[in-house]
Amino acid sequence: MVQKKAGALALVAALLMSTSAFAQDKRVVTWNADYDPIPLAASEALIADFEAANPEIDVQMTNFDHEAYKNAIRNFLTADPPDLANWYAANRMRPFVEAGLFADISDVWANNGLTEALAASVPSSTIDGKQYAIPYTYYQWGIYFNRDAYTAAGVTPPGPEGVNWADFLANCEKFKAAGIDCVTTGSSALWPVAGIFDYLSLRTNGYQFHSDLAAGKISWTSPEARAVFAEFAKLQPFVTENHAAIDWQDAAAIFVQGKAANYVMGNFAVANFKTGGMTNDNLGFMVFPEITPGLARAEEAPTDTIHLTSGAKNPEDAKTFLAYMASPEAQSKWNTAVGQLPTNKNATVPAEDPFLTAGFEALSTSTGGIAQFWDRDADAEYAKAGMEGFQQFLVQPEKLEEILERLEQTRLRLFPQ
Amino acid sequence: MAQAIDMTAATPVQRSARRWNQRTLAPWLFLAPGLFMFTVYVLWPIIQSITLSFYDWNGLYNQDGDFTGTFVGMGNYAELMTDPAFETSLWNNLKWLVLYMAALPIGLFIAIFLNQTVRGIRLYKSLFFFPFVISQVVVGLIFAWFYAPNFGLFYLLTEAVTGKGTAILAEPDLVTYGIILAGLWPQIAYVMILYLTGLNNVAPDQIEAARLDGAKGWRMLWYVVLPQLRPATFIAVIVTVIGALRSFDLVSIMTSGGPFGESRVLSYYMYEMALGEFGFRMGYGAAIAVVLFAIMMIFISGFIWKMWRDETER
Repeated sequence: MVQKKAGALALVAALLMSTSAFAQDKRVVTWNADYDPIPLAASEALIADFEAANPEIDVQMTNFDHEAYKNAIRNFLTADPPDLANWYAANRMRPFVEAGLFADISDVWANNGLTEALAASVPSSTIDGKQYAIPYTYYQWGIYFNRDAYTAAGVTPPGPEGVNWADFLANCEKFKAAGIDCVTTGSSALWPVAGIFDYLSLRTNGYQFHSDLAAGKISWTSPEARAVFAEFAKLQPFVTENHAAIDWQDAAAIFVQGKAANYVMGNFAVANFKTGGMTNDNLGFMVFPEITPGLARAEEAPTDTIHLTSGAKNPEDAKTFLAYMASPEAQSKWNTAVGQLPTNKNATVPAEDPFLTAGFEALSTSTGGIAQFWDRDADAEYAKAGMEGFQQFLVQPEKLEEILERLEQTRLRLFPQ
Repeated sequence: MAQAIDMTAATPVQRSARRWNQRTLAPWLFLAPGLFMFTVYVLWPIIQSITLSFYDWNGLYNQDGDFTGTFVGMGNYAELMTDPAFETSLWNNLKWLVLYMAALPIGLFIAIFLNQTVRGIRLYKSLFFFPFVISQVVVGLIFAWFYAPNFGLFYLLTEAVTGKGTAILAEPDLVTYGIILAGLWPQIAYVMILYLTGLNNVAPDQIEAARLDGAKGWRMLWYVVLPQLRPATFIAVIVTVIGALRSFDLVSIMTSGGPFGESRVLSYYMYEMALGEFGFRMGYGAAIAVVLFAIMMIFISGFIWKMWRDETER
């Protein structure tokens, strides 16, 4: 009996030693992330798949609170860099690239044919001709509408092809007469108004204009910029009053209750609409109406990315993992779990989700280009000044000249001509 | 004999040397922990902020841990001079400073009102003191809901009276006053408690004497009670000025400086520029902090001067 016990103990000890020796053989890849519970579970599932396929690699993820991460990344990239770190594409990654904290991963792109598979995301992952990011998910923006509100106001709900701008504004008149807000938003955090402005800008002048405006190359007092504000002025009377004092979630409540008919938002809001009691039957999605006829349609789709840090201790295996995150299999699985869109064009989208399929359709057929978002395409300080201007215009449209003048001064200061 | 004289002469010298050591060294020894803390946590950060305000820096070190900022001299301060957001913040700080002073008379009034012996007065006192006990964040949330469009009590009240609801926090011209009102609520309670303790120390014989001389009402308050409350008033002014200048939490909770920056104050603008999501301009943020520090210094030196004068006059 005693012998048996001793034997079992020895066996357990031997097993423990062998597993620890086994773990030591594994090469560790560290990854700092900022996921909410659902994406976190999806990422852990991906790590499990990756480790099953690459048993010699151990991916260790440290998850941060989403807001705290924005500050933490500035410290850990210098003090204690992980191999991989989550961040965002386009201008948002520029400070880290310029400080030399994110590593060039053009070779991962070239070796895995990603410039082809992730074609839509090449511009937002590239700085000075080199790629610094692996985009693995994005989500579409557009107009979500409440069919019940349309019925209540006696307006025919738009079909899958959407409506044109003149009809949209004509509908707004009818909503106003029925006491329903035509367009709702909650701009206390500023960025929701940037979504509206971006679409007006993309539909009036196209993608290149949006991009140049965000880069500070276009004057705010130019006729093109004024044309955007002219369209903005047409929409202004129909936007929910007091939007400056409420969050986007508060506006979602107004929308769900049928007190507002349309909401210019990102696809992440669908979860809120459905929690509020909406279903696929009364919630609709359409792309933002065409304003300038014949203009190539561009869409907004902010992209989340993973980066290799310059201080990575195990860059080789980290690159293997990055290549995996760019693959259609990984992206299909992750985005299906989270309810977003894969950036890899060979990935699949769950057919039972009408908003994801509509978004995938809208993005894959957009010929104008994929914009990130005002606050990711523009330099941080410029983005903030712009968003304050958009919000002020929605509240005080009569101060247009003052707003444009101030934005122009900011532009000249930040981008000396 | 000569030896003995030498010896007796030597002892007082030694003793006085030791006493000199005790008198000069001991205070420093006792001060040392405090001085150390003060240097590390107060003086050093002040010097660092002032230094930083001459740099343009996004808060990042490069991979080797080197500072990546560039020296711009007075550039940040020159930019502040023409920055409309800075001007708005400065004006708002002034509004805070002036309107916050309303806490003094209101607090005094409530204190005098509560300074009586009736059944359950302790309960009333603690209820009046309650807003100071709860966190500023909670105060901000309560008032944000009070002002909230569509369902806030204040919004519904204005809607009932004027037919059109006013959402204070969405009105660029009213928003700062709305936040100051929220800040006054706990501040009045604070001033009230200061005056209540002060009223406990008012000499009853002087009141008696004044009453015999026929003083009552306002004259009694102004000539007999208030002079005795001077220490309480002094402290109340200090905490109110400091409370007004460091107002940050309410702005952050209720509006995040919005709509379009109209409710910003210096401390919030500093936070936005240095640590906010669209900021990370450490040098510019530091320059705002230095300006705020200079404004506070005006008041702080005033108080120190007064305190020093009182000490030496005694």
